[in-house]
Amino acid sequence: MKGKVKHAMAADDNDATRPRPTEIEIRDLHKSFGATEVLRGIDLQVAPGEVVCVIGPSGSGKSTLLRCVNLLEEPSRGRIVVSGTDVTDPDVDIDAARRRIGMVFQQFNLFPHLTVSGNLVLPQRRVLGRDRRTADRVARENLRRVALDDKADAYPAQLSGGQQQRVAIARALAMDPRVMLFDEPTSALDPELVGDVLAVMRSLAADGMTMVVVTHEMSFAREVADRVVFMDEGRVVEQGPAAQVIGSPRHERTRDFLTRVLDPAASKL
Amino acid sequence: MTSRLSRRQWRRVSRVVQYALFFVVLGLLVTTADWTRLGNQFAQKDLVARLFPDIITTALVNTVVYTASGFLFGLVLGLVIALMRLSSVAPYRWAAGVYIEIFRGLPALLIFIFVGVAVPLAFPGTEIPGGTYGKVALGLGLVAAAYMAETFRAGIQAVPKGQMEAARSLGFSHTRATVSVIIPQALRIVVPPLTNELVLLFKDSSLVLFLGVTLQERELTKFGRDLASQTANSTPILVAGLCYLLVTVPLGFVVRRLEARAARAR
Repeated sequence: MKGKVKHAMAADDNDATRPRPTEIEIRDLHKSFGATEVLRGIDLQVAPGEVVCVIGPSGSGKSTLLRCVNLLEEPSRGRIVVSGTDVTDPDVDIDAARRRIGMVFQQFNLFPHLTVSGNLVLPQRRVLGRDRRTADRVARENLRRVALDDKADAYPAQLSGGQQQRVAIARALAMDPRVMLFDEPTSALDPELVGDVLAVMRSLAADGMTMVVVTHEMSFAREVADRVVFMDEGRVVEQGPAAQVIGSPRHERTRDFLTRVLDPAASKL
Repeated sequence: MTSRLSRRQWRRVSRVVQYALFFVVLGLLVTTADWTRLGNQFAQKDLVARLFPDIITTALVNTVVYTASGFLFGLVLGLVIALMRLSSVAPYRWAAGVYIEIFRGLPALLIFIFVGVAVPLAFPGTEIPGGTYGKVALGLGLVAAAYMAETFRAGIQAVPKGQMEAARSLGFSHTRATVSVIIPQALRIVVPPLTNELVLLFKDSSLVLFLGVTLQERELTKFGRDLASQTANSTPILVAGLCYLLVTVPLGFVVRRLEARAARAR
């Protein structure tokens, strides 16, 4: 809860000094791997506090889009501005920009040689230069936020997949990001563990975090997303409120995709 | 043959034959060897007594010191070469590759002679610091670094790519991520093979005798050989050998334990 208040205040401060219509702004983004063009001109704006779910068939470029936002992939062309920083500017301090962008991966990517609390403390100390006491306190707060404060001394290998993913979320939150990116956060989880992770993401959304979520969880998108973006073959095919895109899609390709995802049996007919 | 043996019976027969073969060969070796002469040459009790305590306090201690200094030097140099091997700067990669090929391809003995002779010639006036100890650390370390570099490279590459991505996305620079996240995990992976390398180095430290050492600088092999020629009896060699096993056998045990633990952790 404290974190939420702090974020809101920070946003107010910045809004007072300069107008910020969008938290993430993507213009004409292209990305090729060799001869394969994965992104073919993406335009996307995300407002502060907005939750955007990106859906689409595999190979449609959803993950690449997300990875371009924090420059894990270098865009071939286009412009990406995150929280007022042009991350595609060749002169940008990318390490500084990434501190404000939390990223959660499909495979969790916790540091296996550190305890849960070590996973949260090390980046705060090495990257933000926080002293041990502050880092410890922030770690505890964020572990409580994902309901894992009792696992602080465990090693990642001792946790279930769902718990590991919640720790990964807490690790990203401990850096006080302005934006959170989720790259299929529940795809590597056993079905019964998905719920806990989605609950954490739901409360994060309720706290007003700006989120971009690549997901196959249609019910989550329908319930939590302010906007759903459907991508196919490197382009945004359609976007809009969840009820509209998932409930009554306008495009043929969106309808096809949703039929296959929502009712796998139907696609076999 | 009226009754045919079943497959299970055949397996039993073949097992019995294998046991029998083993004990027959062992028995032949034991009964035909001349134990009296062997004992005279290798196990003179009064000679054994004369070896102590020097064989421990001087020879074994020196062997351990030589090995440790060579290992430490090799560890640091090996890590540097491994990072060069993985560098995005091509000349670093080439230099590291050439180093590894040369020092893995040469007998350690040649490298010792090179260190003892060529270095003073090539850089006249410069003295390798630490006298014999420095030369040994250099000779052993140069060899060990080549092997360790390959071990480190494999260890670093065995750390999943997602670890670097996670660290970078938290705002770590490439160097910071390598130091705080990748190398600690790589070290863990390479502990068993590095311990193996330590065993090899421990034995290679016997090559020191080609550098010319003083009485106080003798290690196990040189010590054993010297006393063997003084006494015209090989007992000191046997005792020196046992001293090596005193260290290498427990180390081997440790390696197997570490390997088993690494296998379980995966």
